[in-house]
Amino acid sequence: MTFQLTVSPDFPPNHIAGWYIFNTWLQKALNLPIHLELYPSFETQREAIQQGKVDMIYANPYDAAMLIREKGFVAVARPQGKTDEAVIITSTNASYAAVDDLKPGTRVAMTNDPAINLLGMMMLEPAELDSSTLETEVVESYPVAVKLVLQGKADIAFVLKEALEKLTPSTRKQLKVLVESQIGDLYHTFVVGERLADRREAIRDLLVNMHTGPKGKDVLENLGFQGWEPVSADEAEFMMNLIEALK
Amino acid sequence: MKDMNPQDIAGEYREYTLTYYDGTSRKVLVTDIETPYPDGKLIVSTTDLQGIITHANQAFIDMSGYTREELIGQPHYILRCPEMPKAAFRDMWETIQAGKTWHGYVKNLRKDGGYYLVYATVLPNFKDGKIVGYTSVRRKPSRRKMEEALQAYARMREEETA
Ligand SMILES: Cc1cc2nc3c(=O)[nH]c(=O)nc-3n(C[C@H](O)[C@H](O)[C@H](O)COP(=O)(O)O)c2cc1C
Repeated sequence: MTFQLTVSPDFPPNHIAGWYIFNTWLQKALNLPIHLELYPSFETQREAIQQGKVDMIYANPYDAAMLIREKGFVAVARPQGKTDEAVIITSTNASYAAVDDLKPGTRVAMTNDPAINLLGMMMLEPAELDSSTLETEVVESYPVAVKLVLQGKADIAFVLKEALEKLTPSTRKQLKVLVESQIGDLYHTFVVGERLADRREAIRDLLVNMHTGPKGKDVLENLGFQGWEPVSADEAEFMMNLIEALK
Repeated sequence: MKDMNPQDIAGEYREYTLTYYDGTSRKVLVTDIETPYPDGKLIVSTTDLQGIITHANQAFIDMSGYTREELIGQPHYILRCPEMPKAAFRDMWETIQAGKTWHGYVKNLRKDGGYYLVYATVLPNFKDGKIVGYTSVRRKPSRRKMEEALQAYARMREEETA
């Protein structure tokens, strides 16, 4: 049987080349047939998860929590030193300079990454704004959320900081950051499902030692990672509890 | 827990002796200097069932003025400010021990005797259906709601000390 690997749809496909290289490397290292499937949106990916199609996923914190709690997945590793932060962006032309300047009725574009949206909502609390006083629109990806802001169809957007950094310089120039989260305790993890239960330790070892070989180093470079560090069950549990606390 | 050290305090201070739920007490030194809460900063901490700190993120360290080593293993009341009414924390503990989430406005005491103001969420962590610890997230409060809470706390304190 062929196993399926997928990646949280945080970035547009042109930034995903590194994962194809990673997949080739992983197949060889594990001597297993693995297919990399990329989904255009959080929804389509979650459908595939519900249908039991996914065996390994580089998951955002919210999906990782769901996969561990409900689907028997186990977190094995995380990219070294990388954490997930949310930014609230607006157009450089916007009259507001800070969260406190935002008023009820503000139009917010967001994706279906609940962890980022929870952080975004929390950062609007000082201005006494919440889902009942905001006009929210959920779109399929961060680039689409950004586009709504640039087109003036949304006032602000909640974006994963790393996704903002991956936008083209010309797009970024048209955007300003109103506020950026500093939480430091949320991160993407590589989680492995039940069909590969007997290979989890092998996968963890491979990832954690990836930076020691020249080939692995090359693959990491393409992903923009320095290396992987192991994630324990307790660390995964902590992150799941933290997501509950953000709700 | 050790008394607060005058050498750590920035500016003029008042002295109080606080007695905590576990019967221990210590001298705290308090100034009126507020450390403004930055936009976007999110404090995360976890505790065991007794409220002993088991995790502190960088934002917690930045805002409290303590190092991670000074926080881990200490009771969360290390932050208790004398102006906070006991009833607020009683309500918090009753809520989380009942398995529910507590939200509230809190004035916290820093290592340097100053204070910072937060809106807090505290909730229980479950494992196999049992509460095994607590997690808290704190962020910048709405100024208006914080002022209201502080006024209410002042009235509650008067009743408690009357
Ligand atoms: C997860 C968690 C976070 C807490 N955070 C704070 C806090 O930020 N400031 C504070 O004064 N008490 C906090 N407490 C409550 C303290 O444990 C303690 O009840 C409080 O400071 C009052 O002290 P007392 O219970 O000894 O009267 C927290 C408790 C828990 C379980």
